[in-house]
Amino acid sequence: MKVLVAVKRVIDYNVKVRVKSDRSDVDLANVKMALNPFCEIAVEEAVRLKEAGAAEEVVVVSIGSKACQEQLRTALALGADRAIQVDAPDQLDSLSVARILQKVAEEESADLILLGKQAIDSDNNQTGQMLAALMDRPQATFASELVIEGETLKVTREIDGGLQTLSLKLPAVVTTDLRLNEPRYASLPNIMKAKKKPLDVKTPEELGAQLAGGVELVSVEPPAERQAGIKVGSVEELVDKLRNEAKVVA
Amino acid sequence: MSILIITEHDNQSLKPVTLNLVTAAQQIGGEIDLLVAGENCQGAAEAAAAVAGVRKVIVADNAAYAHQLAENLSKLVVELAEGYSHILAPGTTTGKNALPRVAALLGVNQLSDVIGIEAADTFKRPIYAGNAIATVKSADAVKVMTVRGTAFDAAEATGGSAAIEACGSVHQHADVSFVDEMLAKSDRPELTAASVVVSGGRGMGNGDNFELLNKVADKLGAAVGASRAAVDAGFVPNDMQVGQTGKMVAPELYIAVGISGAIQHLAGMKDSKVIVAINKDEEAPIFQVADYGLVGDLFEAVPELESRL
Ligand SMILES: Cc1cc2nc3c(=O)[nH]c(=O)nc-3n(C[C@H](O)[C@H](O)[C@H](O)COP(=O)(O)OP(=O)(O)OC[C@H]3O[C@@H](n4cnc5c(N)ncnc54)[C@H](O)[C@@H]3O)c2cc1C
Ligand SMILES: Nc1ncnc2c1ncn2[C@@H]1O[C@H](COP(=O)(O)O)[C@@H](O)[C@H]1O
Repeated sequence: MKVLVAVKRVIDYNVKVRVKSDRSDVDLANVKMALNPFCEIAVEEAVRLKEAGAAEEVVVVSIGSKACQEQLRTALALGADRAIQVDAPDQLDSLSVARILQKVAEEESADLILLGKQAIDSDNNQTGQMLAALMDRPQATFASELVIEGETLKVTREIDGGLQTLSLKLPAVVTTDLRLNEPRYASLPNIMKAKKKPLDVKTPEELGAQLAGGVELVSVEPPAERQAGIKVGSVEELVDKLRNEAKVVA
Repeated sequence: MSILIITEHDNQSLKPVTLNLVTAAQQIGGEIDLLVAGENCQGAAEAAAAVAGVRKVIVADNAAYAHQLAENLSKLVVELAEGYSHILAPGTTTGKNALPRVAALLGVNQLSDVIGIEAADTFKRPIYAGNAIATVKSADAVKVMTVRGTAFDAAEATGGSAAIEACGSVHQHADVSFVDEMLAKSDRPELTAASVVVSGGRGMGNGDNFELLNKVADKLGAAVGASRAAVDAGFVPNDMQVGQTGKMVAPELYIAVGISGAIQHLAGMKDSKVIVAINKDEEAPIFQVADYGLVGDLFEAVPELESRL
């Protein structure tokens, strides 16, 4: 089985992003960037499948400017075998990303395609589903457990009401939720080794992927700030405020 | 213009979030149709037909739609899509699962988690865990969007008398099947619809201690939520997680107990009307968004709170 993992370079999850003063976008200059946490979980899962003997090869792919090679190297250091950068503008729209991933998945004849459930910058939560639709393959989003049984995949999904289990025939698309696994740290020797692993660069044109677009970012604004509140000295005071000031408790 | 809303339901009744979507659709403007896809879902279809302001209810009643599998539901919606200017689904796990497939098959991008309607083609949506709000304009012929229910008031559940139209199309993807489901059972209100939410974090120490919060919740008619740390530690199940990657809540009152206030948690609750934080660390970031902060040990404060309510 060959596993393809799509990874995105995003702002580090600890950084609180600021809106540019001209409100054209958020300010990413000199901001710490990282592998999207959900993509990291996807890489970890793929590597575990390989370690368990269920997968032969793990290929990671990222679509973006050259800078995303840094995150591809991180994925290689975590245990992926080979990487592909598809050279394209950063923050490409999801449908374009899904179309490019479709071409890569076809070229690679991937049996399992793992993505994060959500990129923590765009918060779109749609690329994996789009890819599955374009390929007319089954999907399991928000996966918290994944079991391979021959040609089928049993996936437990985190849904609003609890947990749901689906059975999918490969090839299939899975998007990861937080509790699927806890990613390892890359060891220094593995970081060194990753520098020598193959990293190919391709373009959407070479892959024959048609870009979409259609959505324009008009402006970005900071969210409404909350008024600074007060500290209360006791539970008694708290209950009094809730009853008589905020009037949210009877 | 006409708008198709994919309803969320349990076959017998509509989930409340559908009513919030009707309001969003009214703000866009145009005729509003509802799709009820399920199995033995006549009850939900009748509830949908009673919603004020609805023109037509399309019912697809078939085993293929029993579990709202994205592969099947998306093909059904694409088949029905012709003529609609907008296709809306709630930003729930069901909506997020299926709607991007609809968008991809229609060759358009999806607008995720819309919280504001500026014009029929221009919308507001949060990005970066709600630390920025983007205004986006779509040039696509059909706007496919998930909508955050808490950002819109609920439309009237009754007063309408829409026509019910059956759709017999069956789309069944051969390579996916439902195995089973473990749904949390609770007598408390649903997190995203509750007017009061009491949430616990890692500070709760263990799952048993959530009983302290349950007691407060019972007095307030509240739902109980949790931080990711509390879920990861196994204190409570995943469906209780509030935050960027969990549930988005905006109740009248949110009480955060033993939660530090990481940006990912704030993303899911900072639109609450009144926020209370109980934390023993006076530097905890949760206090920056709390209207009323109580610095102290939760194991003393929460039982006292319960007794005073
Ligand atoms: C990609 C990603 C997505 C995430 N999504 C979410 C999400 O959706 N929701 C979410 O919540 N988190 C999410 N997180 C995790 C988030 O970053 C924090 O780790 C998490 O919210 C911390 O939970 P906590 O506040 O319960 O725990 P902690 O940060 O450990 O805080 C515990 C708090 O309890 C207080 N405390 C301890 N004992 C007591 C006591 N006896 N009395 C009073 N106070 C006490 C402490 O002072 C402390 O402030 C996400 C993280 C990542 C990387
Ligand atoms: N530019 C990209 N390159 C590679 N993978 C991506 C890219 N954008 C999104 N993805 C994948 O799609 C997932 C969901 O992203 P999104 O739909 O944007 O929230 C991410 O976790 C990645 O796995």
